[in-house]
Amino acid sequence: MAANPMYQFNVYRIGPEIKLGEVDISFTNASLFMVISSLTILIIFNLSTKKKSLIPDKLQLLAELSYSFVSKMISDTAGSKAKPYFSFIFSLFMFVLFCNMFGMIPYSFTVTSHIIVTFVLAAFIFIGVTIIGFIKHGLGYLKLFVPSGVPLILLPLIVVIEIISYLSRPISLSVRLFANMMAGHTMMKVFGGFVISLGIVGGWLPLSFSVALTGLEILVAFLQAYVFAILTCIYLNDALNLHH
Amino acid sequence: MLRKIIFQIFALNFVLLTSAQSAESGGMPQLNPEFWISQVFWLVLTFGILYLVLSKLVLPKISDNLETRKSQILENIETAEKQREESEDKIKQFEKIILESKIEAKNYFNDRRQEVLEDINKKRIALEKDIDDEISAVEEEINKLKNTSGEKITKIAIETSSDLINQLIGEEVNNSSISAIVEDQSRKNKERQHDI
Repeated sequence: MAANPMYQFNVYRIGPEIKLGEVDISFTNASLFMVISSLTILIIFNLSTKKKSLIPDKLQLLAELSYSFVSKMISDTAGSKAKPYFSFIFSLFMFVLFCNMFGMIPYSFTVTSHIIVTFVLAAFIFIGVTIIGFIKHGLGYLKLFVPSGVPLILLPLIVVIEIISYLSRPISLSVRLFANMMAGHTMMKVFGGFVISLGIVGGWLPLSFSVALTGLEILVAFLQAYVFAILTCIYLNDALNLHH
Repeated sequence: MLRKIIFQIFALNFVLLTSAQSAESGGMPQLNPEFWISQVFWLVLTFGILYLVLSKLVLPKISDNLETRKSQILENIETAEKQREESEDKIKQFEKIILESKIEAKNYFNDRRQEVLEDINKKRIALEKDIDDEISAVEEEINKLKNTSGEKITKIAIETSSDLINQLIGEEVNNSSISAIVEDQSRKNKERQHDI
């Protein structure tokens, strides 16, 4: 049922059913867009780094600008200690950005509008950051939950709040991206449905809304990828430079 | 009015759509766990490959290129700085050379002038000496002539007088008497000249 605004988020199998033991790992439209996004990133960056000229052409400039953009983002938020994690954050930013942007193409599928995808990413980041924190600081990493300069009476409360806020990081991180993507695409679908239902007489208003929303959604697609990456940097900063 | 209608349609549509959707699939497709594992599997696979390729192949190239460009630019700036310093040195040298050559030219000019002046002086002195010598020689000659001229005039006067007397009177007169008269006359002349 194409009129349903949630229909666009349906996942369906493409090609044969692939089973790994009892587990279904079939290739779906979600998988297809993950592959397309990754391949596009790899093709663009491979082409742009093919010839290393002193004066870059447009594609090379694109790659170098995104490199320095992410590099600056990391060094601003997490400092110089975060250098080893640059590749991961760069890949993460690019992957989320391209998945979001491919979702903007009509009739395509938005990988990041699925909670399971964003949650796996966020959970991986959460677990990774926690492990890094314990490796770098040992049990001292627990000091993260004890902010300095808090009255002793308030401390138990603060510690509980800090622990809850720390544990809710993967949820907030994943739900933020997923909800933004889903809400935006649903809204566009709804307005698109209005264009049809109001016909040629009244359809112009929702159509103009749709046009405006498309612009807004492209902005949101970039912004959410940026937010996802920068929050990862902030969490990493907590683990690397423990100062609370 | 139009806005009201649109809002009503919006509300109606939303109610219809949500009811239809909840009736159809029972909520959001995102919460249907049927393909969760598949999605996770493909996410790990694609993102893993993307991460590996980017971190091992692509990003080192970009950072290398950025580094080489940075160092190239720094190198170029350094070379430019060096060349600027060199050119400043050259300018200083050039100015020094010009100043030196100016001084040299001045000295040379002064020397030459001195030489010329000395030469002129020497030549003038020599010339003046020559002139003086000549003048003194001529003066000597004049003096000599002056000295000898009196006797010669007297002698000529005596001869002339004796010849005149001889022709006038036709008689030989004694030379000594004539010379006495002439000498007397010439002395008188001299005295007259002195008086004047």
